[in-house]
Amino acid sequence: MSAQQISPPKVILVGNPNVGKSVVFNALTGAYTTVSNYPGTSVEVSRGHCQIAEQRYEILDTPGMYSMMPITEEERVARRILLTEDPHAVVHVIDARNIERMLPMTLQLIEAGLPVILVVNILDEAKRLGMQLDLELLQKKLGIPVIGAVMKRKVGLEELRQAISDYAMVPYHPFIYAHDLEQDILQINQLIHGEYRLSRRATSILLMQKDDDIQELVAEKEAGNGYEQLIKVIREISFRRRADLHLQISLERRKICKQMLKDVVTQTINETEPFSEKLSRWMMNPLTGAPILILVVYFGLYQFVGGFGAGTLVDFLEGNLFETYINPPVVHFSEKYLTAHWLFELIAGEYGIWTLGIRYAVALVLPIVGTFFLVFSLLEDTGYFPRLALLVDRLFKKIGLSGRAVIPMVLGFGCDTMATLVTRTLETKRERIIATMLLALAIPCSAQLGVILGLLSAEPNALAVWTVFLLLVFLLIGFLASKILPGESPIFYMEIPPLRMPQLRNVMVKTLTRMQSYFVEILPLFLFASVVLWAGKMTGTLETVIDAFSPVVAAIGLPVEVTTAFVFGFFRRDFGAAGLYDLQSSGILNATQLTVSAVTLTLFVPCVAQFLVMIKERGIKVALTIFIFVTVLAFSSGWFLNKFLLATGWLA
Amino acid sequence: MMERLSEEAEEILESLWVMTVEGDNVGCLLTSLKVENDSPQLLELVQRAYVELRGDRVHLRKEGRPEAQMTVRRHRLAERLTMDILGIAGDEGNDQACEFEHLLRQGVDTKLCTLLNHPTTCPHGNPIPPGECCIVARQQGEPGIVALTELKSGESGEIAYLAASDDKKMQKLMSMGVLPGSQVTLMQKFPSYIFKVGHSQFAVDDMLAREIHIRRPVK
Repeated sequence: MSAQQISPPKVILVGNPNVGKSVVFNALTGAYTTVSNYPGTSVEVSRGHCQIAEQRYEILDTPGMYSMMPITEEERVARRILLTEDPHAVVHVIDARNIERMLPMTLQLIEAGLPVILVVNILDEAKRLGMQLDLELLQKKLGIPVIGAVMKRKVGLEELRQAISDYAMVPYHPFIYAHDLEQDILQINQLIHGEYRLSRRATSILLMQKDDDIQELVAEKEAGNGYEQLIKVIREISFRRRADLHLQISLERRKICKQMLKDVVTQTINETEPFSEKLSRWMMNPLTGAPILILVVYFGLYQFVGGFGAGTLVDFLEGNLFETYINPPVVHFSEKYLTAHWLFELIAGEYGIWTLGIRYAVALVLPIVGTFFLVFSLLEDTGYFPRLALLVDRLFKKIGLSGRAVIPMVLGFGCDTMATLVTRTLETKRERIIATMLLALAIPCSAQLGVILGLLSAEPNALAVWTVFLLLVFLLIGFLASKILPGESPIFYMEIPPLRMPQLRNVMVKTLTRMQSYFVEILPLFLFASVVLWAGKMTGTLETVIDAFSPVVAAIGLPVEVTTAFVFGFFRRDFGAAGLYDLQSSGILNATQLTVSAVTLTLFVPCVAQFLVMIKERGIKVALTIFIFVTVLAFSSGWFLNKFLLATGWLA
Repeated sequence: MMERLSEEAEEILESLWVMTVEGDNVGCLLTSLKVENDSPQLLELVQRAYVELRGDRVHLRKEGRPEAQMTVRRHRLAERLTMDILGIAGDEGNDQACEFEHLLRQGVDTKLCTLLNHPTTCPHGNPIPPGECCIVARQQGEPGIVALTELKSGESGEIAYLAASDDKKMQKLMSMGVLPGSQVTLMQKFPSYIFKVGHSQFAVDDMLAREIHIRRPVK
């Protein structure tokens, strides 16, 4: 390879959500990004490389976008790539079944002067629906390479690689709209002088539609070059067309697409309703959907994650592997060689890197998180979540969210940190803040959940109190937040993808990828936490903190030993819960105290990682406000619950 | 052609209608109409045989009913105009409506009524007596275009238009292919509206469903 290598040509993947962009990305690069049957899983841009005939290409996978004019944050991210990168080719991936409504974006991409290759994916499912497509004819009509594909089985991959390698930009013939529209486009076009990544025609249309980013860009480039005149013309046109500009453009594009698809698509009627359609209807009907949800939660979460993950697997790893085989030699070795007291404490002491950090991470957290991610990935691939979203939309509206928020909320039961990242897919700032707060407050992550379920399962009543209390806090705080926070209530709309049989390999790879990123993310924090706690113990700071904190803990009726668990809880939520586990094993807590501490700990501050993500996503002010609010609320709830339980004598 | 009724006479007819036709009073006391038995506006009505004076009570006669009904109609249409369209609220709105109603004659009321899509109640919830235009509109059959919320599960139709209350949301619907001219089938109404366009299914809440207007197929 030459020494002075320039950056490789770029290939950008774009398309609607849930059409298989990520599958194409994985097929091209051999890397793995999360693929799912849920619209909007790729929030960030994935980059990978691909080698085709001696040439190395950089492949960019963008979040789903519906049109060149972005509405959501994800779409904005995707479009920014198109505005800033200089691609060798833009691969537009569409779903064959919905070619009629996805082709308008192909037109827009071509119109923008981008080097487009069209991949018509999911051909197999289209055939099953009785659709026949003549893609050669479409290629001729569009004037760009068109490839039919079933990417999940690598059908069409070789053709795509060939098309990328052979790609040569040809000048395009613009698609002509209605005469009056063309005149306005021309009028704007003539007033633009700068060089733009997108064609002038596309820039003019986006200006006419009052696209913010484009307006900013043009303001910059045209400053002092008749910009005022341009703005005047745009204002005049948008005012004149205020009633139906977007609609007219959409209709014009569809008209052109209909013309394109004439003789390309033939549809034969397919009458029989497949089983998946029936199941889909059961999931969406509240009468049958609610029992299905209960079954999913009971078997997926309670039995599999709680029972198998937090029970069987943890017992095996913790009880057998660590207690019997791994810890004794480590402690023995440390006692023998780590003669310095501080060093011994650092490695194998009460808060040692090994005894606390690694043991918790491997034996307690990993099996629980792993089993959760397995269930989550499985459900995600079937397409269950969008159906759940429409089922809970009405309820979620009451707490200021839309059904869309069900994904971050469910994911929160796995890892609140990841879930906080995903709140980005919610549409309004108000929703994002409410979701972030509820995640920080009332959604226990799987590691914490696993430990708490394990703790409380011996006391069914305590478990019931914990569940009901948390649910109440979740609904009440959400309800109040929706009343207090300014802004309009969200509107819910969602595309419902067809139910699919999950592919074992996909589910496994996805679970492992998630576990890996989780593990890579948490292990350093675990170790960091161990070191901080060790330093705290060595210097006596920990004692001071625990002493300072213990009156608060005592005030809610708990023994001072629990304070340690709370301080741990700041480093990781599950860390705290696991600390509680140790306390319960030694029989310090009675049923009331156990319940109160479990509730308080669940509500209590998010872990360090989640807090950092909160700052990154919502800004320091919002994050800090939520942090303080959650802390105060957690302890006052604990205090209240303690008084309540003592007064009623329920768990005595 | 008879001369127009004075505005004061119209006010009397209006009050009579509200109290005796919509309410259950038998006639109206002169005092509650705030007129004397020799007030010119009252004599105007008596002369046309719209009302009858018996003792200290005024009675609406059969001959006066159509005129009274139309007066009430004009008043309530005027209220719709000032309060809904012009956005003037409260007493100010009422006052303005009283000014406007007298202008709504010679077919202006029909035009306003059509513009307002034949409303049936005023902003206070009182019925607006139907005019000629309302009856014609009704006779032309059930309205061919209804909101998605009005379809039954399993019913199909063509999207007629999208009511654009929120530009961004409309664009979203359009970019998802929910466009006028598309065939839709409503699959479910609760807890969310689920409909099918082409081979895709969408779920929307009632706020959005209300803005999608469907043309029912001709039976």
